[in-house]
Amino acid sequence: MARYSAFSIFRNALSGQKNWRRAWRAAEPKPAYDVIVVGGGGHGLATAFYLAENHGIRNVAVLEKGYVGGGNVGRNTTVIRSNYLLDGNTQFYEFSVKLWEGLSRALNFNVMFSQRGQIVTAHSADQLDTFSHRANIMRLNGIDADILDRDAVRRLVPYLDFSETARFPIHGAILQGRAGTARHDAVAWGYARAADGHGVDIIQNCEVTGFVRNGERIVGVETSKGRIGAGKVGLAVAGHTSLLAAEAGLELPIESHVLQAFVTEPLKPLVDHVVAYGADHFYVSQSDKGGLVFGGNLDGYNSYAQRGNLGVVREVAEAAIALMPCISRVRLLRHWGGVMDMTPDASPIICPTPIEGLYLNGGWCYGGFKATPASGWCFAHMLATGKPHPLTAAYALDRFRTGHTLDEAGAGPSAWLQ
Amino acid sequence: MLRIDCPCCGPRDHDEFRYGGDASAVRPAHDDPDPEAWYRYVYVRKNPAGLHREFWQHVTGCRQWLVIERDTRNHAIASVGFTRNMPA
Ligand SMILES: Cc1cc2nc3c(=O)[nH]c(=O)nc-3n(C[C@H](O)[C@H](O)[C@H](O)COP(=O)(O)OP(=O)(O)OC[C@H]3O[C@@H](n4cnc5c(N)ncnc54)[C@H](O)[C@@H]3O)c2cc1C
Ligand SMILES: [Zn+2]
Repeated sequence: MARYSAFSIFRNALSGQKNWRRAWRAAEPKPAYDVIVVGGGGHGLATAFYLAENHGIRNVAVLEKGYVGGGNVGRNTTVIRSNYLLDGNTQFYEFSVKLWEGLSRALNFNVMFSQRGQIVTAHSADQLDTFSHRANIMRLNGIDADILDRDAVRRLVPYLDFSETARFPIHGAILQGRAGTARHDAVAWGYARAADGHGVDIIQNCEVTGFVRNGERIVGVETSKGRIGAGKVGLAVAGHTSLLAAEAGLELPIESHVLQAFVTEPLKPLVDHVVAYGADHFYVSQSDKGGLVFGGNLDGYNSYAQRGNLGVVREVAEAAIALMPCISRVRLLRHWGGVMDMTPDASPIICPTPIEGLYLNGGWCYGGFKATPASGWCFAHMLATGKPHPLTAAYALDRFRTGHTLDEAGAGPSAWLQ
Repeated sequence: MLRIDCPCCGPRDHDEFRYGGDASAVRPAHDDPDPEAWYRYVYVRKNPAGLHREFWQHVTGCRQWLVIERDTRNHAIASVGFTRNMPA
């Protein structure tokens, strides 16, 4: 793999930019692989990369039914943070943020990780208390967290509604300075290129439709490009996990729901941080092109339609204007939806399955982009060793049977309320 | 936008309704001691890509609970009925 550098830019400039090599090969399937990862999203590609990089397993294929980056990895609002509350989540997401901090270098690809800080506003004294509780837990885990009073919030983000008539007055906020955003397409492309550099076959337009068994054991997959053998199969098909697992005979506590994202016309720099509204569901950051990128609630009923409905557009716009009245006249350019796995506690499921040879990485809900590096790292560990990585031990499927759910939102067992 | 044809109130915007999830989950008997049955009832869902039988309540209308068959790929609604008339 030719490395990208200032020198390579210069050299390619001299030959009219005509000699850049493609970022990864257009591979066709071999008869069999040591490991097949199903799903060419961020998590699947990261898994393949770390299988090669950390475990030396290079006879690996990533099978993607569409094109790399066409799923949630290219549809999300790119927020990365580790301000979680519950044991299990806290450590896992912080490990991920640490990987993000070195990712561009590790992949030799600029993923544009920007640690601009995330501010979540608090709208009552009680809410600020719960944020202090969260900040204490974060700090005990070595994660940066600051509690801001109203004046401090106002100095940082003066464009929020601090008027007498604010719908929900701002009491303060919690700030994680190391949180931020990354360029989501670059994450997919960077992992794809780096995995390919290690010899991993990335096979696009290859849908997995079923499994090949030898007795009870899974020894391969049926695909739109024919049958492919595999020592182990890992599923990383965010949004479609229960459909594929059903082909293997597994029933899962997962529903598929649509989440929408929104982008406005480009503006001059306004929003320096990621800002989240503590009184409703709305969060916003500004892209390098100037568009405000924001999101809100799920559409709220099972859906495999990769597009959203207008009810949520209105709700999100209402929340946006309650927090940031200054954007009420800004035009919305685009909105789209992504199909996500929703688990009943909004935490992922990463575990070996009862079926030999089949491993599961799913249930990512609306917060799995930030998890991409850690998810790939830990899933690669599981595929290489057969055992869960300690950082994902809490994400076992049997937690729903044993009562050890990780319900950050405290919303109970209804996926669409999470 | 979904339009739900409430058998009580007529066609209404789905914003008037509250979603109640998979209508195929069967509640075990009150005294069923099998934890597996309860696990399945509380957590396991069908989640098909296609026709889905699901609960909706017409909260800002007649407040009836409805069972709707909806295609999860395109939101086309095949049938709407009262939950109380649902075959057991
Ligand atoms: C609108 C929106 C906003 C979001 N915002 C954030 C955010 O700000 N921060 C955050 O952390 N997370 C966010 N998320 C969640 C995050 O995007 C996902 O949790 C995460 O990207 C999922 O992992 P992935 O990248 O591997 O999934 P995907 O990119 O969806 O990868 C799964 C791949 O599997 C493929 N596939 C499916 N079935 C098959 C099959 N049978 N055979 C072969 N391939 C198959 C799909 O085509 C897809 O490419 C958001 C999600 C959405 C939709
Ligand atoms: Zn009605």
